[in-house]
Amino acid sequence: MTTDTTVAEAGTAPRARLSPRKRKKISLTIQYAVFAVAIALLVLVADWQAIQHAFFNLDEARKAFPDILSIGLKNTIIYTLSGYVLGFFLGLVVALMRLSDVVPYRAVALVYIEVFRGLPAIVVFMILGFGMPIAFTDFEMPYDPYGTVALALGLVSAAYLAETFRAGIQAVPKGQTEAARSLGMSQGRAMITVIVPQAIRIVVPPLTNELILLFKDSSLVFVIGFTLSGYDLFKFGESLSNQTGNSTPLIVAGMLYLCLTVPLGYLVRKLEAKQKRGRV
Amino acid sequence: MTAAVQVAGLHKSFGDLEVLKGIDFTVEAGQVVCIIGPSGSGKSTLLRCVNLLEQPTAGQVFVSGTELTHIDVDIDAARRRLGMVFQQFNLFGHMSVLDNVSIAQRRVLKRSKAKAAEIGMRNLEKVGVAEKAEQYPAQLSGGQQQRVAIARALSMDPDVMLFDEPTSALDPELVGDVLGAMRQLADEGMTMLVVTHEMQFAREVADVVLFMDEGVVVEHGPPAQVIGNPQHERTRTFLHRVLNPTHADDEATTPS
Repeated sequence: MTTDTTVAEAGTAPRARLSPRKRKKISLTIQYAVFAVAIALLVLVADWQAIQHAFFNLDEARKAFPDILSIGLKNTIIYTLSGYVLGFFLGLVVALMRLSDVVPYRAVALVYIEVFRGLPAIVVFMILGFGMPIAFTDFEMPYDPYGTVALALGLVSAAYLAETFRAGIQAVPKGQTEAARSLGMSQGRAMITVIVPQAIRIVVPPLTNELILLFKDSSLVFVIGFTLSGYDLFKFGESLSNQTGNSTPLIVAGMLYLCLTVPLGYLVRKLEAKQKRGRV
Repeated sequence: MTAAVQVAGLHKSFGDLEVLKGIDFTVEAGQVVCIIGPSGSGKSTLLRCVNLLEQPTAGQVFVSGTELTHIDVDIDAARRRLGMVFQQFNLFGHMSVLDNVSIAQRRVLKRSKAKAAEIGMRNLEKVGVAEKAEQYPAQLSGGQQQRVAIARALSMDPDVMLFDEPTSALDPELVGDVLGAMRQLADEGMTMLVVTHEMQFAREVADVVLFMDEGVVVEHGPPAQVIGNPQHERTRTFLHRVLNPTHADDEATTPS
């Protein structure tokens, strides 16, 4: 047997028993073998008919269209973008407060970030959905459910975006502030004119990542409680699944999420590569 | 007549480290004053204290008779009288060259966009980079960037220009462009306070040279005296090392 002779020969050698090249070859062969066995097991053990019936049922998928696009997808996009826009500006304000010289501002910003980053998003949504109408009986949220959802998603994303903006602002070289101040700009004017525009450019990739995360977090807003016209992608797929007793609508909804998030992820990688080139 | 810049009893400490140990000097209107000295001697800190980018620990700074170190002074307004040029240029990377030279005019001096562009272009022409107006700082060479930075400071119509080692970050062949622009500025009568390692420039352009070491002004006077015939041993040693770098360890002699 070859291995035996190799080992026997190597035993007399003072160094490695196998050359690194041979060891790597054996290691790779084992890894491929494990992978092949795992695939083979999956194919043999799984009940493909049942899986196809439950998850990839074309008849069930057809029932989801076109409403899953005109209601679910549309609402998910509206919810996410409105929440993101609100979170963007709120996050910027919180980040500036966090870097402020005024101690109470810093404290408020820190508490805000810790609370909304630490709470599960679903808790915030439930508090807003059920608590707000009870606490402020006379106050009616404009454009419901869009108003409440934008507020809920905005509050949650602002905490993350604030930390991103803070990192970006701190990444702008100190010389930029000094140059602006030496031209007679006040601290605030320098921040608005010189620092923040450059900070935002620096954090475009992580900002896009936050948008991806928010698309997914928007699937939790169903706890606020909607009528059918307010259903987001997940809620639409979930309720249709419940009606039909088949999981295919959820798979369709999942695919549509991927249609939104995968291109965005691709965009993030492009932007990161571009930034890396620009910083040589 | 009031001095353009007057510094009196200036001290600056960073924690326990005392960088400036009592500096006094005066820059008259129209004068070019060069500050030379070894690195770590406090030259740049002194310059940054003059426009209060660093808060002096003690002492006073006057610009055209106004005390900048007074607690009630409007520092943003006072700084407008001082143009500052940095070692690292510090151009605003997200703006075109023209925006770089006009943004502070518009936001701080409230000039109209057209007026700011006109003044900015005039200053870009003066330093020889007008053809780069539409480009971005990253597209320019170091020498061009530094000249844009000079034009940016000039566009605020300062009484005094401060230069903090303006050529130290440049490739050797680009130093001349920037020094040329500075010399032209001096010839036009601009009051200038320049921290530099360019002895040739100091010798030819300066009215007064200050030699600083370990946080004090060791020697000051006309360049012919301070550079040509230094009186202090420390000045001699420094100049010897700067002017004859390949013989830095030889016995220091008075440069002829």
